[in-house]
Amino acid sequence: METLVANLYHGFGVALTLQNLGLCFLGCMIGTLIGVLPGVGPIATIAMLLPITFGLPPTGALIMLAGIYYGAQYGGSTTAILVNIPGEATAVVTCLDGHQMAKQGRAGTALGVAALGSFFAGTVATIFIAAMGEPLTKLAQLFGPAEYFSLMVMGLVFSTVLAQGSVYKAILMVLLGLLLSTIGTDLETGQERITLGIQNLSDGLDFTPLAMGIFGFAEILRNLDTPEARDVVRTAIGKLLPSWDEIKQATPAVLRGTFIGGLLGILPGNGAVLGPFASYTIEKKIAKDPSRFGKGAIEGVAGPESANNAGAQTAFIPLLTLGIPPNAVMALMVGAMTIHGIIPGPQVMTKNPDLFWGMIASMWIGNAMLVIINLPLIGMWVKLLKVPYRMMFPAILIFCCIGIYSVNNAMEDVLSCAFFTFVGYLLIKFGYEPAPMLLGFVLGKLMEEKFRQAMILSRGSFWTFVERPVSAVLLAIAVLLLIIAAMPSIRAKREEVFVE
Amino acid sequence: MLRMTSAVVGMTLALGLPANAQNYPTRPISMIVPFAAGGPTDVIARIVADPMSRLLGQQIVIENVAGAGGTTGITRAAGAKPDGYTIMMGHMGTHGVAPALYPNLKYNPATDFTPIGNAAGTPIIIVAKKNHPAKDLKEFVAWVAKEGDKANQAYAGTASVSHTTGILLVSMIPGAKSTLVPYTGTGPALNDLIAGQVDFMTDQIVNVVEQIKGGAIKAYGIATPKRSPALPDLPTTIEAGLPSYQVSAWNAVFGPKGMPADVTAKLQDVLNKALDDPNARKRLDELGAVVPEGADRGGAALQKLVESEVARWSPVIKDAMAKEKK
Repeated sequence: METLVANLYHGFGVALTLQNLGLCFLGCMIGTLIGVLPGVGPIATIAMLLPITFGLPPTGALIMLAGIYYGAQYGGSTTAILVNIPGEATAVVTCLDGHQMAKQGRAGTALGVAALGSFFAGTVATIFIAAMGEPLTKLAQLFGPAEYFSLMVMGLVFSTVLAQGSVYKAILMVLLGLLLSTIGTDLETGQERITLGIQNLSDGLDFTPLAMGIFGFAEILRNLDTPEARDVVRTAIGKLLPSWDEIKQATPAVLRGTFIGGLLGILPGNGAVLGPFASYTIEKKIAKDPSRFGKGAIEGVAGPESANNAGAQTAFIPLLTLGIPPNAVMALMVGAMTIHGIIPGPQVMTKNPDLFWGMIASMWIGNAMLVIINLPLIGMWVKLLKVPYRMMFPAILIFCCIGIYSVNNAMEDVLSCAFFTFVGYLLIKFGYEPAPMLLGFVLGKLMEEKFRQAMILSRGSFWTFVERPVSAVLLAIAVLLLIIAAMPSIRAKREEVFVE
Repeated sequence: MLRMTSAVVGMTLALGLPANAQNYPTRPISMIVPFAAGGPTDVIARIVADPMSRLLGQQIVIENVAGAGGTTGITRAAGAKPDGYTIMMGHMGTHGVAPALYPNLKYNPATDFTPIGNAAGTPIIIVAKKNHPAKDLKEFVAWVAKEGDKANQAYAGTASVSHTTGILLVSMIPGAKSTLVPYTGTGPALNDLIAGQVDFMTDQIVNVVEQIKGGAIKAYGIATPKRSPALPDLPTTIEAGLPSYQVSAWNAVFGPKGMPADVTAKLQDVLNKALDDPNARKRLDELGAVVPEGADRGGAALQKLVESEVARWSPVIKDAMAKEKK
């Protein structure tokens, strides 16, 4: 405990120098802006800014790049809430209730709760990383391919809860998502699957064009075919900050979201994407009146947003304690560290204490800065909604297209986004919801990978999923949930829960 | 009409190119890196592009076009106008292994490019889980041969460096037939190696050096003639008893086919100087990368390297694919 305090003190000493504070602020500011611009993700931005950091000392450079990363998480929720466009997988859930709140004139409240919840989650996650980074790494090591697969199965069973309408349709959408995730090169044989000879598809569909097309652009199309409805967002602005009652309502959700998101964030292979989905599911399950969800429930924003930010931060744990990047942004951070001559590994903590503790301290400072940057901005964002829709939607479309293009510098991505816009529009018209499909898509990739690894390691024996205790427990929970769902008496109750 | 247009275009091109070349470069140059940002090739490209930009007086912008083992980006770069404003960082995979691995490859590494020069290679290290029973490379080789398909070997996906160099390793051990476990990247593969879910893998020094130093994984040998200053205690495969296993993931600068000679010469000269830039050199050394010296630099040496690599990988990959089909 004493060493922890001493270490944190050391870290704050590093992070609070004028230069590092400035870099942290700069990173958070850039991060917020690119997060708000849909599509322009942290990956493209960090890659673009890498050469600029050449002249900086490594700790300062990494503090700035980390700021861009979690700043983008903040900014991303702004876009999700205001215009219903998820820039990343983790923002999909925020769209569900966040945008509904905005439509009801509670955009300020939604943004405020997202910011405060994220700040709380960030604070807890910082302490988490500092105090328990190493034991948590060991915990994450328990998750081999079999355990990971079982976790995903549990996630899929949960996923149907995301649906606001028919459960039957939700299951269909999850399956469609799973199918879409199989497009691309086969992991084991290297054969191309369902790519129709299009080279761009050989690495599978990209999440960004898919989510933007099916979620954001399709929503724009729908707004355009009903002239009255599209001005809903700007009718009433409402208050800018959440009231005391709303804070009380959101607090438990924030606590649960932080815990779940933080825990999933340390898992290898981007477990963090599960966090917001899991948090939303739990909030909806334990709510007294689950029917409020999807219609602007504040817990549906508070929980997932906290989970998202906690996960974004604990994702640094495998990077800082083992030198292993759990997702693409972290891989880029590894690249940034390597360019600066610090190859991340198990010894970063002892060999570069300035960098290690300085970065952890800067995460907390960065989170505080983000609240300071974002709270005054809320007023501005909300005013943005007053811009007439006929002027706003072309701007949104153009920014999104630039963003999508910037991910891979590929025109094909923009075209595939256009294609999914029409698919998404049809889905909306026929009453199918895109959120379960996107979850299926995200989980599908991981699931297939882990399933095949587990089967190769067990030489084709399905028992591996039951023989391994952690995996068995996860599967048992999933089966239990299915049984509950299948039992007729509970089912009747469930239908009334799910159907509007 | 069409013929006239093409004639005019042809004339403009003919007149335009030398004029451009004289004061080349007059605008930023785009360097296509066929892998995602942050990986070893990307890091090396950025380190080398930095002094090159300063020497050219124009920024070299790194453009990451990842996909299909790097062949997506190289295919695109190969089709670019050969005016020196689009160059690329080719790689052991894209310019050595790809012809054997991708039967429908849209380019020929030996004839469709203007070789500019080899930049830096990252040596391959044989690594295993930390409680692996083998004490040294000799024991490890015996273990792999004895275990047969019970040995689990991780790799970072089709056409990745760990895939091809891993296949090469097993092909050199008589009687060995490991079970290959695919991952979607070096990170997840290394994670499961540290956790002991898989037995061993091969990878570039930069990806594993710190995990070796930290004791999270074990290393048996580095596949270069000389030991690496980054891991002075690690014997080479020559010292440790598998001398034929010599491989490193080289990264080299290419232009599209048909670049004007003076543009090529300028880029070769600039690359050469960039590799001797003390700051860039320091960064490359820290990565454990090996920079070619003397006769190994320049376009002619690179052309030879490409031809010998294509010839070397073709039988290895075809053998492995034939075995898999059985």
